[in-house]
This record gives sequence, C-alpha cells and structure tokens, in this order.
Amino acid sequence: MTVAHAQAMVPALLVTEADADGDAAALERLARWCLRYAPLAAPDPPDGIVIDITGCAPLFGGEAALLADLDARLDGAGLAVRAAIADTWAAAWALARFAAPAMIAPPGATAEVLASLPAAALRLPPAVAVSLGRLGFERIADLAVIPRAALALRFGAAVLERLDRAEGRLAEPIRPVSEAQAPAARLTFAEPIGVDSLAAIVRRLARMLCRDLASAARGARRLDLLAFRVDREVAALRAGLAQACRDPDHIARLFTERLGSIDPGFGIEAAELVAQRTEPLDARQLASGLGAVPEPDLAPLIDRLAGRIGARRLFRLAPVESDLPERALRRIPALSPPVAAGWPDAPRPARLLDPPEPVAVTALLPDDPPALFVWNGRRRRVCRADGPERVFGEWWRTPAEAAEIREYFRVEDADGQRFWLFRRFDADGTRWFVHGLFA
Amino acid sequence: MADVRDQRVIGELRARIGAIEGGGRRRCGVLPFGIAVLDRGLPGGGLALGALHEVNGEGPDLAHAAAPALFVAGVLARLEGPVLWCLRRGDLFAPALAEVGLHPDRVIYAESGGDAAVLPVMEEGLRYSGLAAVVGEAARLPLVAGKRLQLAAESSGAMALVIRRCRRRPEGIAEPTAAVTRWRVAVLPSAPLAMPGLGRPRWRLELLRCRGGGEGAWIVEACDAAGRLAVAADVADRPAAPAARRAGG
Repeated sequence: MTVAHAQAMVPALLVTEADADGDAAALERLARWCLRYAPLAAPDPPDGIVIDITGCAPLFGGEAALLADLDARLDGAGLAVRAAIADTWAAAWALARFAAPAMIAPPGATAEVLASLPAAALRLPPAVAVSLGRLGFERIADLAVIPRAALALRFGAAVLERLDRAEGRLAEPIRPVSEAQAPAARLTFAEPIGVDSLAAIVRRLARMLCRDLASAARGARRLDLLAFRVDREVAALRAGLAQACRDPDHIARLFTERLGSIDPGFGIEAAELVAQRTEPLDARQLASGLGAVPEPDLAPLIDRLAGRIGARRLFRLAPVESDLPERALRRIPALSPPVAAGWPDAPRPARLLDPPEPVAVTALLPDDPPALFVWNGRRRRVCRADGPERVFGEWWRTPAEAAEIREYFRVEDADGQRFWLFRRFDADGTRWFVHGLFA
Repeated sequence: MADVRDQRVIGELRARIGAIEGGGRRRCGVLPFGIAVLDRGLPGGGLALGALHEVNGEGPDLAHAAAPALFVAGVLARLEGPVLWCLRRGDLFAPALAEVGLHPDRVIYAESGGDAAVLPVMEEGLRYSGLAAVVGEAARLPLVAGKRLQLAAESSGAMALVIRRCRRRPEGIAEPTAAVTRWRVAVLPSAPLAMPGLGRPRWRLELLRCRGGGEGAWIVEACDAAGRLAVAADVADRPAAPAARRAGG
C-alpha cells in the first residue's frame, strides 16, 4: 500500500519516515538491557529479542515469574510486548507471535504446542508460506504428517529446516550482544593488602584508567572504586566529578581522602577503578594570549567538597522571574555558566525568614505602616518606614494565589534595626508578617 | 623627650616582633577600606589577604545576623574572583548580596550544616588556590580550628572570614581567637532624611582585636552598591566615641 493510498482511506493519517537504523539501535539497547535476565541475549530484527534463559529462571523464582517480571518492567517503560518461553528459539518465536500472551511451552512438549499454530509461525520465506496455504497446509500439524522427502521435494529444504529448528532437531545459535564495557582498570595482588597501601594502588589505577580514557578522548564523570576482599565481599566507594576529567592526580585524590571508610576485613586481593559514566573530552587549547588571565579552574575543588558534603549541597543561585521573594531564587550547579541578569532592583533583606513570622502590629491609620510591632518577644517602635511595595500572587498557579496581595514595608526601629514587614489581605482582614531583616 | 624615645623603642620592638612572627609567612597584601581613620588602625593599611578574620553581630539572635553578612559581602565585593560561602542555615538571601556589589555569579554556596562540617569545608576551600575568599557561618570557632584556617589562608592567599552565629549571648567576644582581626558590627539609627523614607543604614563598626594593631570603633555608613563603607557625614568632622576606646594606642 502506498502512502497516497493509505491517506485516501484515512484522511487524518499521521505519516512518519521509517528510521530503520534508529530502530535497530534501539532494539540492540533493549537487548543489552535484557542481559539482566540471562548472560545471552540478542536482537532479532525487525521487532524481536531472543534471550537464552537456560539455567537462569530459578534466580527469578521460576519461568512464569521471570516472564511476569520482564512483562511488568517493559510495560512500565511504555513498551507493548508479547513474550513466550519454549525449548527452542524458533518455537518461542512462533509462540510469542501466534499463541496466547505469556505462553510457556512445557519442556519436551514443543511439538504438541506448535501443532495447532498456523504454518506461518514457522517463519518461512513469504513465497513458501503462500504456496503452502494454496495447497491447504494451514497448521503445522498438517505438515508433520507428510513424509519429509516429499516436503523437501515440493517446497525446498527451508520448510524442513525450520521445522527441525522449532522442534530442536537442529541447533539455532544466537549471536549475543556484549555488555557495554565501562572503561576500567584492575590490579590483582599476590598477597592481600590492607587499607594503608591502598592509596598507592589507587594512584596507579587512576594512571592506568586515565591512559585508556585519553586514547578514547573521553573524561570520567562518575567513578567507582571496588575493593575485592579475601572473603568475597566487595567494598565500594563512589566519586562524582563536576566536569569530565582525566587527570589521574585529581581522580586519585577524590578517593584517597576517603579510603578510611573501607573495611579491609582479612585483606584486599584485588582493586578495580571503573569509570561508570564518561563524556567526550577533547584536548583543549590553553589560553596563550598575552595578559589573558586564565579563569581559575574550580572543578577539582567542587569535586572534593562534593565528596565531603554531597553534590546537591554545593550550588550557585540564579534568579527566577517571580515577585514573591520565596520563589525568587533557584539553585543551579556550582559550575554553571554565569547568569548575569535578572536580579531584583528593589532593596531586599540580607536574611529572609522562611516561613514569614506573624507579628502583632499597631498602626495609627489603616493604610499607614505600623507604628509599633512585637517580634521575637520585644516591642519595637518604628521610627522610619518606606513603602509599600505591592506584590501579587501568581494567579496561574492556584486559585488561592489569585487573591494573594502583599504590601511590603521597610521599617527601622528605634535601635536602627531594619525589618521587612508585609501585610496580607485575606478574608479575615489584614495580617502582618516579618519576612526579613536588613542591616 | 623621653616620651619620643620610648615611642621609637616601642616601634623598633614591634618591627622585630613582626619580623619574627611573619618569618615564614608569605605576605599577601591587604585590602584597604578606603577610609583613612579605619585603615590607619590596621597593620599594612587594610584588611590582610591570606588571613582569618572574624565578624560578630551585636547579639545572639537572627535580628543581629544581617549586618555582619552585609559587612562581609561588602569586603568580598571589593575582591576579585570566585567566593565560597559555607552556610549553616538557609536564611541568607542572595539578592541582598548583589545590592552591595557581590555579584551572585561569583558566589558558590556550600550548605554544610553544623560547625563540625563548616570549618573543614572552609579549610578545604582555603587550601585550594583559585578562590578570592571563603566565608563560613559558625557558632563556635575553637582556637585550633581557627589556627588551621589561618594557616590554610596563608598557604593560598585567600581571605578567610568567619561570621559568628552564636545561639546565646555572644560570650565568643571574650574567648581567645586565632583570627588576625575580630570585628563587631552593630546597627545604629540612620540619619534622618528631610522627607519620609529610609536613608543609608548606619553601623557601629568595632575592631575588638587586631594582631599587630590597636582596637577601635567607628560610626560608618553601610556598604554602598560597590561594597564601600563611608564615614558618616555628620560625624566625619569630629572623632566619635573611638578616641576614648583606643586605649593606650
């Protein structure tokens, strides 16, 4: 059917270019993900994946549980999947496409299960399938009763070959995908070592790893140090980097400071440094202009501090276009490019109270700034005031905010202390809050 | 006559002590305030770079935490380069720092929680050359920790500033410190304007302790948009309280 034909039949048809390469790559990625179920898995283009689960089902609690788990996970990822388990690849292919969903063929009973399926389930070349249908061979059972020699003579060897593969008389090897290898460096020791000699090992591993990364023109963003103990336990340390990096000294330092947290047990017999996440990192031209002051490179410092307190707690602040002070800031990663503009022009307090604290207020006239208020257990007489600055709630967020109106005043008390007060108008009248402190 | 000779002897002794103290120390220069009376009281004529400075508020509670932060931000505004600010609580409001000239793009915040984390993070930042200054908000600054910060600051030339956030009455003012200077910033009522509104805030800036220098107290106008302090206009022509406090010179 041509596109024009299809569009004539369905006027509002959505047409997209087929992306065969993209599909194949996605299928391969999915096949690689399926390695979580078994060591052998392969894409089966155009739309299938074969997994050799021989011996793996007990790890998931049986074949049915494995299939249910696979189904649930892929369903959760938004993929519509039909899966089946059988003794052979060809039989599983047939069941997945032509039998009830999640069909499991009992071991050794493949021929019986296949018997009721249409002949097309044998995955025959289209011409052969058509001529089989023309002669009245509708089910696989119909083929099984014909003498093999006659079948081969009339339809060629393909039908027999597919039949044999489905019933296990002929092996059908799969060419498995290999797991994407993260760049790693590994050292195995003749004698178990303790933590004190681990620092030197880490430096050596870092040098080895960085050599590999350099030849691949990549830099590490996340690294795992694995210490394999004599008692088969693995102690691990993880370090993140704010920028892709392949400087062995810096990488080693991220770990050497924290080696104390590794419990060596009876000794460590092997150590491995794995770059779990890498990014392209090309060689860079150093600033060579006369008088050009190089920007200080803060990435190593950020990494070290992140190792100490966590990367989420290191940040810079960027303005958000919001009149409400609580929402005026957002956190951005410490090494983001400069934001430059967008900061409020109006005076803002140096310390912000979050949430604003309600205060009791006396004002001479209803619209005036307060003359007296009580905050933190002290009465404060207002000597000078400036305002109001009117701020409206963001009505597009919630209906309640549409009604939110605040009037901010800067006031100075008798001691010279400056406060940021606001009054809010709501159903039960006007209420006053302290929102911040100026100096 | 004897008085003059004493002065000379004292001057020589000071120079010798200074030479002994600063024997292995790299001199990193100073950051002058640009106010003659203030800079005169400080050795080298300004706030030493590559040294630890301690800034106190007038009282323990939050009400007195704003002025020290702005004083520090004003100092940082006049330095060049990135700054690390170690927070204790999330009450610092960055737009105010921008108002005194410390552009937010220059500030990297580290939300490190209690003192036990703030001081090591500060030290790490100070040992790394590339930062202009490291600020930390800490309740306590023990002598040993202060000494470590001071050595770290000397090694990189970055300025270290600790804002004391005591929970109770600041007994910290009396305890010994490893900092080169110890300041106290308190708010004062601002000068009345001819019209309703708020004028430039006014601070009482006290230098409580200064290695190799004297003490002092000044009434200043708070930081302007470039982080500069100014001598209050109506007290510029006469010495305010400081003369009395400058005990012994």
